[in-house]
Amino acid sequence: MPARKRTQAIAPPSPPPEAWQERFILRLYVAGTTPQSTRAILNARKFCEENLNGRYQLDVIDIYQRPTLARDEQIVAVPTLVRHLPLPLRKLVGDLSDFERVLIGLDLPVPKRAQTIVKSTK
Amino acid sequence: MQIEDFQTQSHLLLWRARPFRDSFPICFGLCYEAHVRHELAAANPYSRFSKRMRTLSKTKVHCQPHPVVLTKTPTGIQGLDDITAGGLPQGRPTLVSGQAGSGKTLLAIEFLARGALEFNEPGVFMAFEENGKELVQNVVSLGFDLSDLIARKLVLIDYIEIEHNEAGETGEFNLEGLFVRLGYAIDSIGAKRVVLDSLETLFAGLTNTAILRAELRRLFCWLKSKGVTAIITAERGDGTLTRHGIEEYISDCVILLDHRVNNQFATRRLRIVKYRGSAHGADEYPFLIGDRGLSVWPMTSLGLTHVAPTDRVLSGISRLDAMLGGKGYYRGSSILVSGTAGSGKTSLAAHLADAACRRGERSLMFLFEESPSQLIRNMRSIGIDLEPWVKKERLLLHAARPTLCGLEMHLVTMRKLTEDFEPSVVVIDPVTNLAAGGTMAEARSLLKRLIDYFKTRQITAFLTNLTAGTRTEENSEMGISSLMDTLLLVRDIETNGERNRLLYVLKSRGMAHSNQVREFRLTDGGIDLLDAYIGPGGVLTGTARLAQEAREASEALMLQRDSDLRKHELDCKRQAIEAKMDALRLELAGSEADWERIGAQEMEREETKVHDRAAMAQARRSDSVARRETDGMEMSLAHART
Repeated sequence: MPARKRTQAIAPPSPPPEAWQERFILRLYVAGTTPQSTRAILNARKFCEENLNGRYQLDVIDIYQRPTLARDEQIVAVPTLVRHLPLPLRKLVGDLSDFERVLIGLDLPVPKRAQTIVKSTK
Repeated sequence: MQIEDFQTQSHLLLWRARPFRDSFPICFGLCYEAHVRHELAAANPYSRFSKRMRTLSKTKVHCQPHPVVLTKTPTGIQGLDDITAGGLPQGRPTLVSGQAGSGKTLLAIEFLARGALEFNEPGVFMAFEENGKELVQNVVSLGFDLSDLIARKLVLIDYIEIEHNEAGETGEFNLEGLFVRLGYAIDSIGAKRVVLDSLETLFAGLTNTAILRAELRRLFCWLKSKGVTAIITAERGDGTLTRHGIEEYISDCVILLDHRVNNQFATRRLRIVKYRGSAHGADEYPFLIGDRGLSVWPMTSLGLTHVAPTDRVLSGISRLDAMLGGKGYYRGSSILVSGTAGSGKTSLAAHLADAACRRGERSLMFLFEESPSQLIRNMRSIGIDLEPWVKKERLLLHAARPTLCGLEMHLVTMRKLTEDFEPSVVVIDPVTNLAAGGTMAEARSLLKRLIDYFKTRQITAFLTNLTAGTRTEENSEMGISSLMDTLLLVRDIETNGERNRLLYVLKSRGMAHSNQVREFRLTDGGIDLLDAYIGPGGVLTGTARLAQEAREASEALMLQRDSDLRKHELDCKRQAIEAKMDALRLELAGSEADWERIGAQEMEREETKVHDRAAMAQARRSDSVARRETDGMEMSLAHART
């Protein structure tokens, strides 16, 4: 992925506003119905509602049920949120409890103080 | 009843998993549960399951009553199974650690390929660094057709792409994705072997190392529970076996690969750092990545127990055979011929190789100075034609520059060729050049092992040792003379402005060998050994010997002439005396003749006198006279007649 990284590097630090209006196609890969998976799904929904209101499509995939998809999509760690659109492809590993990082990872503008909603119960 | 019960239990679990066939984890989970119960039963001798297990084993499987020894999975890699006494621990992960380019991936992939080809054990390769296509290309050079194995579902390569994420993780995670993929891969081909190459790449992609470590620990436990024999490769860190310290989770077997540069020569070495529950060779073993994969040389595993054959091998030079008790060298013995440059060592070696080929055996010559065609040309000048043997594939000439690679590489190559060609005679010409690829101490120890190796295979080894002019020939430069069974010395002596070669047998174990120095000559018809002239003037060779011989011949000639002369003189004398004797005899004869003549004259005179007297008496007419006359006349006549 060096080419992709390069474009990312030379991209302007704050993306133009029209890009924010793009439709997001996201896939969340989880493994089974563990508390971690549930937490990730809840966090993903919450995040999308708050930051992408209405212009997103979120699919949740259980890799236990589709192991070949895990191979094809190069999933190693779960939960992983994959941004298929807008390009480039992005993969975010973790249960999405840190919204600030999710925003950075999805190239979305970060507000002054990002809210963290569901903390991990550790 | 109990067995049935136990079996039912296992089957029940599997049956319960049936509806969830599509849902992999549940199916797996149930299978796993069955497996764990089985394991627990094995571990706890007092458990209910254990009793059932025992009954099971008694009635059906006939297990051995001894405690279960560690079963091993043979790697199929040449030599590695010798060092590990059978292979890697079965059903457990093994760590293969080493620097970049030390051959970790190749070792791992050969483990899989050989497992698939030779032991019918399918294998999964989880590649974190190279994709499948690259891997297939890379191992073609080792002679493994991975694409074919993949097509036959004996090998499965899953490339795992790790992307670095600057933002880091958005929360907690686990490596279930890896587990699922690995589990799926193992189950899809029924894999018995797994390679993870190299797991530490995960540390580059994931920042939360605490979770990562916990997950890796879980992964190794899970691999054990799966019962697959796994190789996990890792990059070597500073002072630690692995860069990220994953060795603390894989503690059953650790293999360390090393690629060291010594005197500008790189040598690969392998060492078993630890192997739980098994004895193993602990040394550093040199290994080679050749065209048929890895080959490790477990040299110290050889004991001094080789069988000594009693039959002999002719040296190809009849007079040399005569010097060695009349029958030549022992088969399987090692012979060292030591001498300075140009003393005819290679020619001696060529004679031996030629003799072996004549007997219909195979011989192998390692040349470190001449190219094969050069050797053939040069040997033709002394009447040995090696070319037909090369064409008939009885003679293999392997020429290599000593500086081509390190010593270990040379030795491993030599061993490999020896194993492929199966010669009865091996010539290394000269053995001293091998030291060019390493330090002297290394060269010595490795050469000792090489000689041991030849002995165990009952191969007659003929080594030539080039000594510098100033050194004594008895101490071979490599310090291996004590190992040798037969030690021939070819010595140049310089006298009267010429160099001559002398050959003698310094030692020859187990045979009555000649202690005499022979003069050694290279003629058109091969090597000729002559008795050196040993006389009051010392040992003479070459023209000195010839001069001495001429001198002796002339002396003999002189003596001959002298005696001839004396004989001649005697003859002359004899002739003279005989002549004298003849003269005397003539004189005597003359005297005798005179004597006779005088006698005759006397008689004539007497006759005449008688006649005259008679005539006178007649004239006087005296009867008495007349009577007397007739009688007297008759008497004197008779007297005269007598």
